[in-house]
Amino acid sequence: MLRWILGGRDAQGPVEKTTVLFIGEEQPKNSYTELQVLKGHFDIVRFLVQIDDFRFASAGDDGLVLVWNVQTGERLRELRAHSQQVTAIAAFRTESSRGMIITASSDRTVSLWDTETGNRVQMVSELQSSVKCLLVLERLDVWLSGGNELCVWNKHFELLCKTDCYKDAGVTAMIELPKNCIVAAVDKELIVYRLIVSSSETETSIQEICRLTDHHDSVRTLISVNDQMFASGSHVGELIVWDSLDWTIQVYERIFWETAQTDSQPEIKLTSQKQNEMSIQHLTSDGEFVVAAVGNGLYIYNILTKNVVAYRRTAHDSNVLHSLLLPNRQLMSCSEDGSVRMWELQDLPLPAEPASSGFFGMWGFGRSSKLASQQVKKVVETPSLRTLELTGDLIGHSGAVQMFLYFGDGSLVTCSTDHLIIVWRDGYKESRLRSLALFHKLEQNQGL
Amino acid sequence: MIGSPDLVALTKDDDYGDTYVDPSLIPEEFSVPLFPHAGNANPWSKTSFAKFTKDFILISEFSEQVGPQPLITIPNDSKVCGTFDLNYFSLRIMSVDYQASFVGHPPGCGYPKLNFVEDSKVVLGDSKEGAFAYIHHLTLYDLEARGFVRPFCMAYVSADETKIMRQFLELSSEFSKASECLKTGNRKAFASELEKKLKDLEYTRTVLHRETELQKKTNGCYSTQAIEKANELANVEKSIYEHKDLLKQISSYPNRKTKDPEFLPYELDNPPDSAEADQDSVSNDPNREELAEDSSCARRASYTPQLIKAKSAKCFDKRLKTLEELCDLYFFNQTMDQLTHIEKMFRGDLCYIHTSQIERALLKQQKITDFLFEDYKEWEEEEEEGAEKQPYEEKLTLVCNMPPSSPVFPGEPMSLESYTSCVETVPIKMEQDVSEDGLHDTELTESGPCDITQDNLEESMNAEMKGSVGSGESIEVLGTERSFPAQGPVMKSESLAVHQGQNPEVDRRKEASRRTNSEDSIEVLSTTESVIPEDLRASYACAVHEEDPGVEAWGGDSYQQGFPAPRQHLDVQEAGRYENIRVDSSCCLGQEGRVCEEPSTELAQECCANGVVKEEPLSCRQGDPALQVDFCLAEEGAPGGHPASELNPNYLSDEVSRMNLDDASDSTSFMSASTSSDRASSPFLPGNPVTVKHKKKAGQSALRFIRQYPFAQQAIFCLLSGRTLVVLGADEGTVRKLVNALSIFVPNLGKYAEAVKPWVTSPFQITDLQNWKLIGLHRMASPTGSSMLYSLNRYSRYISIVDTDHKTLRSPAYRGSLVSRLADHRTQIKRGSTYFMHVQSMLTQLSSRAFLYTFCHHLHLPISPEEGQESVASRRASFLHHILGCKEEDARIVHFLSELIKQFYLQGPRKGAFAFNYVTSFLYKI
Repeated sequence: MLRWILGGRDAQGPVEKTTVLFIGEEQPKNSYTELQVLKGHFDIVRFLVQIDDFRFASAGDDGLVLVWNVQTGERLRELRAHSQQVTAIAAFRTESSRGMIITASSDRTVSLWDTETGNRVQMVSELQSSVKCLLVLERLDVWLSGGNELCVWNKHFELLCKTDCYKDAGVTAMIELPKNCIVAAVDKELIVYRLIVSSSETETSIQEICRLTDHHDSVRTLISVNDQMFASGSHVGELIVWDSLDWTIQVYERIFWETAQTDSQPEIKLTSQKQNEMSIQHLTSDGEFVVAAVGNGLYIYNILTKNVVAYRRTAHDSNVLHSLLLPNRQLMSCSEDGSVRMWELQDLPLPAEPASSGFFGMWGFGRSSKLASQQVKKVVETPSLRTLELTGDLIGHSGAVQMFLYFGDGSLVTCSTDHLIIVWRDGYKESRLRSLALFHKLEQNQGL
Repeated sequence: MIGSPDLVALTKDDDYGDTYVDPSLIPEEFSVPLFPHAGNANPWSKTSFAKFTKDFILISEFSEQVGPQPLITIPNDSKVCGTFDLNYFSLRIMSVDYQASFVGHPPGCGYPKLNFVEDSKVVLGDSKEGAFAYIHHLTLYDLEARGFVRPFCMAYVSADETKIMRQFLELSSEFSKASECLKTGNRKAFASELEKKLKDLEYTRTVLHRETELQKKTNGCYSTQAIEKANELANVEKSIYEHKDLLKQISSYPNRKTKDPEFLPYELDNPPDSAEADQDSVSNDPNREELAEDSSCARRASYTPQLIKAKSAKCFDKRLKTLEELCDLYFFNQTMDQLTHIEKMFRGDLCYIHTSQIERALLKQQKITDFLFEDYKEWEEEEEEGAEKQPYEEKLTLVCNMPPSSPVFPGEPMSLESYTSCVETVPIKMEQDVSEDGLHDTELTESGPCDITQDNLEESMNAEMKGSVGSGESIEVLGTERSFPAQGPVMKSESLAVHQGQNPEVDRRKEASRRTNSEDSIEVLSTTESVIPEDLRASYACAVHEEDPGVEAWGGDSYQQGFPAPRQHLDVQEAGRYENIRVDSSCCLGQEGRVCEEPSTELAQECCANGVVKEEPLSCRQGDPALQVDFCLAEEGAPGGHPASELNPNYLSDEVSRMNLDDASDSTSFMSASTSSDRASSPFLPGNPVTVKHKKKAGQSALRFIRQYPFAQQAIFCLLSGRTLVVLGADEGTVRKLVNALSIFVPNLGKYAEAVKPWVTSPFQITDLQNWKLIGLHRMASPTGSSMLYSLNRYSRYISIVDTDHKTLRSPAYRGSLVSRLADHRTQIKRGSTYFMHVQSMLTQLSSRAFLYTFCHHLHLPISPEEGQESVASRRASFLHHILGCKEEDARIVHFLSELIKQFYLQGPRKGAFAFNYVTSFLYKI
């Protein structure tokens, strides 16, 4: 624990000085006024997956998979089988099964769990390589595992088919595309496969269709934006939006790289020092906006207008690991600095203002008056430029917040390297719920 | 018992004679009966002329060998009794035993009968010794004792007569429990003793049988030896039969008792009891055999060892069984624990006990909120007790505030079956034996000469019993448990009648006469040789009347609503009793004498009522409206509770300052000597339950903190609103002391003060904030220290920090008025315990507000489905502001407490999430 505190501190030391981003203790827009710490893991908690409206599972480096009730914080099940860290987890929702999850681990096994009973329903072991990503195709009742090769399995955990082996780099991410296609990220390449499903399962096969080699560095993240488009982000800050049907580039943005390049000398030095400052750690989208977590910063790209609508170069004190777009133009992000921050997309009062460095002083980005890059020009030109306002932050973890899960009722679950899971709740909502429960119980008891 | 000479102690002649002749009387005792020692600085001390310093419990026995003798005193300390003559007092208390402890051959029955006697409860006053006692007589069974019974009594001896009288019901119920425990153990021991003896007898019978056969063979059927043997055999058979009968009787102990939940917790300490008994008898058997063989060898005509034993019981040289042996060691120890508990419970003077009883009774009513600030142990105990509350105890609460709680038996509740079965298994076996030998039996006994001896024996038993008790037939049980339920309400109705004031004189007279003659349980006896006015005050009317003000004043208001008194039932009872009285009064002596004394008694009553007792009812009434409100009437109820909030701390302080006591000395010297107990009042340690004692001690440091730090209010506000307060400092002692002081403000402190961590030397995590509300933190100059400061900084939004080294506080602002009343740095309160009381009363008030706020439906939920959250919120805000008078920050306190109440009500003491607010903190300096 101490390691994380100290480590985290060292990492953010110099950054803290430069950043002016500090919201203070008064956070009227922050509704998370109740937190509950869930203890149970013995090592870094990396994954959270939602099972249904009130349950979620957590998994991490200790190989444990725990099922929790998000409303009460109760630990419902403890799924123990993996001897090594869990590398991937996915909810397994098919027509026949509810509340199932698939987990993959470094011990080269994949298990299917029934979270209702806590039993392991299926398991495959002695895989050629550990599985790094999982994809469940509910429509076809099959699931795919990505490691050094891509395997297709049916719901009975029978291997249907698999691809060739990629020796140096395995599949790090994959998403489903229309027409039974799958795109997988293998190092710098995106490979599109087609799954040929026939009536008999034995004839199911997977076929490589094409390779997209436009990224200059390894692809870090891959998401589907909507039915027509998917997006990928690379280690050097390339954001490419592809067409889902013909796999052509819709948008190619190396904006982040270029801003750094076009900046003055110290900026270049900075880039060389911190290569991963440019890396796109995470992408998220709501169909209209794509949010890219680039280094410490957040960039919001509008797919429709094809421009960056808002950005924060130093949204966090350290790498942003996960982000989420909420309705009402809210954005959440979590970072290695141990905090979760909540943002709001706000319209700028005057579109001409961005030119004024005085106004943008606090951004820590637009300070330079010689912003010559094309994208900044675009920004200036666009009337729809907005600003990301920090509305609140959640501080509780003492280590990097790996990811978070947002429940429909407003509660937020965060997991962290400090082995903890924290459930954040809206205090007023909880108070009201408790009152409801109280009067319900009173009624049942017929008085005190 | 009517007509028993012992009872008519207060005869008119004696009264007058002694009162006016005795020159040693102090005249002022007449005029100011309440304060008999006007010069005494301590008006509560009545013990000045008693020869003992503390109340104590005395167990005495009426030994058949040496007469009344004291056995045990609790506490077992020679200092307690001082020069008090226990032997003499034992004689006194044993001489007022009215119970029908009668065993023997009742007319028309051939076998000895065990009587399951109710205990009797008597109050006795010995003004010469300055001792008054509640006496609980009980009878234990002993196979070797005369008539199988051993009379014992447990006495609560006190110098304060009023205390005995007013606590009579509590004493009675507590002692009944102890007695029940003793008797249970005794029955068990008696049963196993009987079993052993039966085995011996049966063995003897087989030996005899064999010998008889032998005799018959050698000497012929009608030889003298043979007949002798046959007679002996018959004797043994009869004895067996009788013992079987006794066993049956003891095992068929009235099941009435067994229905009492109170009865259950006795644990069977050695379940393989019967097996053990078997072993015993087996191991004994060789002896027996030897004995028998010895006797047969000596040709000393077949005396069975048992029969000799039975007779030898009368010999004075025989050692009688000790109480431990009689009652089975486990039960004996249980009883001793219980008695020690009783002694502790009734420690201190009446006023103190009475107040704490009222407090407990009130606490019982606020189970929902008292986890917040009340002493954990108390309510837990109440809850335990509440679960197994007997109906008769419930009735007691009507009259006497509360039956003192005593879950003394921590043992697992044992099923009654297991107890009875261990006794009953044998009789079943016996029955078979009987049927086998039945014919044989009767034949022999009818003609046996031993019949005569047996009869003689029993007759002599009878005679003895009669001798000691006084009247064989008309034995009446005085204070039976049965009579208690009825008694309580009756007293109450009487008091109401008196206060309605139609001809009180007559009423009182009736009461008086009734007390004397009816079978009611409070009997006050006094020594005949010293009848001084002190004794007159101990008359029945007084005793009864004295309870009136208290009962009426506070009980009339709050309890009548809760438990509507069964009036009709009472009226019937009363009518019945009045009839009794008329008959009885004719035979009562000394009636007029008491009437003459009436005025002085009355005066005493009024003094008593005005001076001491009325204080308490007033104070507890203040809280009543708030406690009583219904949810729907909550808003109306609230203003009623409001005036109480104007309770002026200065009022309290005045009194205290007048006492001119040293600030630092926090002893409770103004209470009676026995109140300031010897328990060490150290600051609470982890693992030990927090007691009021600790908290009182903490009150002193809290007071100092408030005086010393102007930002005390902010700190206390943090604690009350659920924001964790960190006390940071380099010196462990200082930090611990401050944490200890502030702990009295922590809501939901927990039984072991789990919410407080007095000393931490490692950096804390977010989980600690969830568990602890008050943390003492070590400031260190090491890397650990810096990382700790880092964590302080990181979690600064959740915590407030008191820095004891720099005397600063970093916390949100507080602008309310609530805490300023709680922690006024100009307070005149000087003593820690007083301040603690002040805090406690304020906090109780606060929790009643929180209760009100929590349980007002429409403050939290919409009245109609169309109503939005906003209007509910505004309604809530206006309620807090206008009805409860809580401004922004105060509202936060109430809200936090309300959330705690909700959580507690819904899921019990389990801790879940912790709530916080995003507010700016400020740095406060001295």
